[in-house]
Amino acid sequence: MDKPVFAEIQSLIDSSEVFLFMKGTPMFPQCGFSARVIQILKQAGVPFKTANVLENQEIREGIKDFSNWPTIPQLYVKGEFIGGCDIISEMYQTGELQTLLDDKGIAHAA
Amino acid sequence: MAMSAADIEALLKTAFPDAVITLEDLAGDNDHFAATVISEAFRGIPRVRQHQLVYAALQGRMGGELHALALQTSAP
Repeated sequence: MDKPVFAEIQSLIDSSEVFLFMKGTPMFPQCGFSARVIQILKQAGVPFKTANVLENQEIREGIKDFSNWPTIPQLYVKGEFIGGCDIISEMYQTGELQTLLDDKGIAHAA
Repeated sequence: MAMSAADIEALLKTAFPDAVITLEDLAGDNDHFAATVISEAFRGIPRVRQHQLVYAALQGRMGGELHALALQTSAP
């Protein structure tokens, strides 16, 4: 099922190797789960871009169907959906996130 | 709107009859839960797919009626 907003979502995802759909901004996250993922990305020292779904209702609803994932935040790496807060937290703790970034050739600090 | 722990567990048990489920009401408000689900259904599939199966089992309630469900899934 393709929606008009899917093209916009895809171009956001394509705009950065690491892209996060979140509530709020990296400076002012407006949800604890989004804040947690921002904290991890900063600790990992990887460059990323974000979209604030609270500013765009179409993207906020559209991304749930696009990813087949009911909640925000949602992390994409090189166009691939990686997961939400729980998965990213678990992957960072086990080192899988760092391995994933290495495998995809994305520079990161830790 | 909120869901009781019993409702969540019943939906998960229907979808994953073999599952060992641990459910914790984090804030005591029937709205923020942490769940651990261990089932053979998760063996050999990526974590994103595992969580998608759990969300499917909750039949669209996740993100709506159910605000927060911290999720950990694994195979036995």
